[in-house]
Amino acid sequence: MEVPDEIKKRLTLPFEEHFYAGHTACQGCGASLGLRYVLKAYGRKTIVVIPACCSTIIAGAWPYSTLDANLFHTAFETTGAVISGVEAALKARGIKVKGEDGVMVVGWAGDGGTADIGLQALSGFIERGHDAVYIMYDNEAYMNTGIQRSSSTPYGAWTTNTPGGKRHFLERRHKKKVIDIVIAHRIPYAATASDAYPEDFLRKLKKAQKTPGPSFIQLFAPCPTGWRSPTDKSIELARLAVQTAYFPLFEYENGRYRINMPSTKKDPKPIEEFLKLQGRFKYMTKEDVETLQSWVLAEWERLKKLAEVFG
Amino acid sequence: MSGYEPIRKVISGNYAAAYAARDARVQVVAAYPITPQTSIIEKIAEFIANGEADIQYVPVESEHSAMAACIGASATGARAFTATSAQGLALMHEMLHWASGARLPIVMVDVNRAMAPPWSVWDDQTDSLAQRDTGWMQFYAENNQEVYDGVLMAFKVAEQVNLPAMVVESAFILSHTYDVVEMIPQKLVDEFLPPREPLYDLADFSRPFSVGALGTPDDYYEFRYKIARAMEDAVKVIRDVGKEFGERFGRDYGSMIELYRTEDADFVFLGLGSLMGTVKQAVDVLREEGYRVGAAKVRWFRPFPKRELYELAKTVDGIAVLDRNYSFGMEGILFTETKAALYGTDAHPLVRNYIVGLGGRDFTVKDIRNVASDMMKAMEGGETSEEILWYHLKRG
Amino acid sequence: MAESPFKEDIERVQKEYSEKMTLGAVAVIPGSSVVNKTGSWRVFMPEFNKDKCVRCFLCYIYCPEPAIYLDEENYPVFDYDYCKGCGICANECPTKAIVMVRETK
Repeated sequence: MEVPDEIKKRLTLPFEEHFYAGHTACQGCGASLGLRYVLKAYGRKTIVVIPACCSTIIAGAWPYSTLDANLFHTAFETTGAVISGVEAALKARGIKVKGEDGVMVVGWAGDGGTADIGLQALSGFIERGHDAVYIMYDNEAYMNTGIQRSSSTPYGAWTTNTPGGKRHFLERRHKKKVIDIVIAHRIPYAATASDAYPEDFLRKLKKAQKTPGPSFIQLFAPCPTGWRSPTDKSIELARLAVQTAYFPLFEYENGRYRINMPSTKKDPKPIEEFLKLQGRFKYMTKEDVETLQSWVLAEWERLKKLAEVFG
Repeated sequence: MSGYEPIRKVISGNYAAAYAARDARVQVVAAYPITPQTSIIEKIAEFIANGEADIQYVPVESEHSAMAACIGASATGARAFTATSAQGLALMHEMLHWASGARLPIVMVDVNRAMAPPWSVWDDQTDSLAQRDTGWMQFYAENNQEVYDGVLMAFKVAEQVNLPAMVVESAFILSHTYDVVEMIPQKLVDEFLPPREPLYDLADFSRPFSVGALGTPDDYYEFRYKIARAMEDAVKVIRDVGKEFGERFGRDYGSMIELYRTEDADFVFLGLGSLMGTVKQAVDVLREEGYRVGAAKVRWFRPFPKRELYELAKTVDGIAVLDRNYSFGMEGILFTETKAALYGTDAHPLVRNYIVGLGGRDFTVKDIRNVASDMMKAMEGGETSEEILWYHLKRG
Repeated sequence: MAESPFKEDIERVQKEYSEKMTLGAVAVIPGSSVVNKTGSWRVFMPEFNKDKCVRCFLCYIYCPEPAIYLDEENYPVFDYDYCKGCGICANECPTKAIVMVRETK
């Protein structure tokens, strides 16, 4: 049957599927959804490099594979280095990399594997200027090992090694702005993205594909298991993170910042709307919430300023 | 037989490694500077700069990333090469396992250097021998020529058995010492070492696949067995490739242990690498003086030449194992391996251990004579020092 | 109702998968995860009311499995072999055409 025009217009994602069902991600997993989007954008001619993370498991135990694309599993801290080597080999063999018809080399790593243990290899990859895309799916803790804090875990969050308790032992450091470190390399293209905004994410993936040199995308990928949130709220949470400006969507392209969402014209939603759906924030006091709220707003003002000055 | 005109050059061991990498037509080099390895990658960079080699050079930010990048490149079908030393090799350790587990025939030159602290940049085999269990083959070069030949053979062997290989040379004694090296014309190298045919290729999209996924207890065991078998099979491949090398280029490497004047020997010195050059010289001196001694140089430490060692052990009464390395809490590493290889066989020579030359301490012909007299005393059943002799120890 | 897009894949995997060990833990069958029927994890299942559906595709777009595909008329079809019952589709459905009901197995 013919697809009616109004529907065609509305479905802006490719139908093509290179990520298969039967994988073993938890219910409502934002990481698996993100990987599905990546493969929709890039198709089969993609080499995906995955370090130790949830996606190691999601991609399937031997001899099964969830992906319909070539996948190389590697050690935790090596994503940036391995994609560098893959790209170098493609070039050595005269194979076109990146661009419309080139081979896509994609590093797909979690926040711990990127912002913590993999930071050095990430920096090397960007600084050397390899033609590859590094995507950090940010679920804000070491989820695969059972919810331990990473430098990307937000202030006030419960994790298994910031467990709350009598002494109120919670995460006391604010989320590391790893994308600022990435931008410090003056990378050609960097962006934040969210599972809740797939069209925006795919547009950014396509832009990363077209931009020569290294690209970096930080994808906000909710984790119901680690966030102690209902499994059906994953998309809602990803949306609220943007609407509260906790995780604003923006792009950095050739030295220019552009904010995509939320609107810079009006005030973002209060952070409580994002927090209240998640069990991981239940130990926060009123003061803790205020601390987080003022940090979020200060960071939001800073970003707006950057977009204003370098827009 | 070899009717070719070699290209003779007076070069360092490091340059021999670089020339060999160039002649092997490596496609990707990812490396990080460390003394005394650095001049290998400097030379390779120079080849690229002069248009003498078509290599993608990845100037990585650590040795860990050097090995990781080589792994990515090798998995994408390229012939990959790197070089390192001591601390750098130790930093790579995790990825050494990865290279062998993913069955990637990467070749690396390790310049043997002592582990810190205290800081040392001098010769010591503990860095490479500590990587014994990583699934890498290990070739120990005695001189600069063997560095060059070793790299070419290592690629050929590695690509046949789908395991990585390490070519090991001594800090400064080889790495920075100039000697005549006979290099092989490119056309002949190409005939010996054709382009790589990879086991899998990440750039082949005809049928997507994944490498290195989770292996459950149901499967992991068999993957290890496959590597174990490949190592066993490598023994024959090494001998065949070594023999072929001899037939083509006149230098035979058909045996994994090189024997020097071991016929009718009462005992032999057993050791690895450049140390054995001095030992051979000492053997000549001792022979002239009427002592029946020989030298046995272990060329390939992994896979370990069990069979050849047994055959040698049957013909001698003693083996003096010279270890420029030490495994704390046990003994010299080659000593352990030697005894283990002979255990349960009908060869029962006296095997004694001499810990020599750690951290680049000079080990001379005179020292070897001292070892010889200790060894002979022990074989006669006389009063001797302990079984493991810290030869150079300044007492008091 | 349309057939599961994975039906052919399952047959392919079952036909091609053998116990033969590959070197280097190479998994040679792309998309072979489809043999794992993760639908057995489900506690709540999505119930679909076609009359309310406006074919906005949000359920299809947001399914992390993916266990929702589209039929010839572009209505969502739920593949209960794989649906883990996370409920994202119901939560995101703008017309409440999808509701989660307790599994009655």
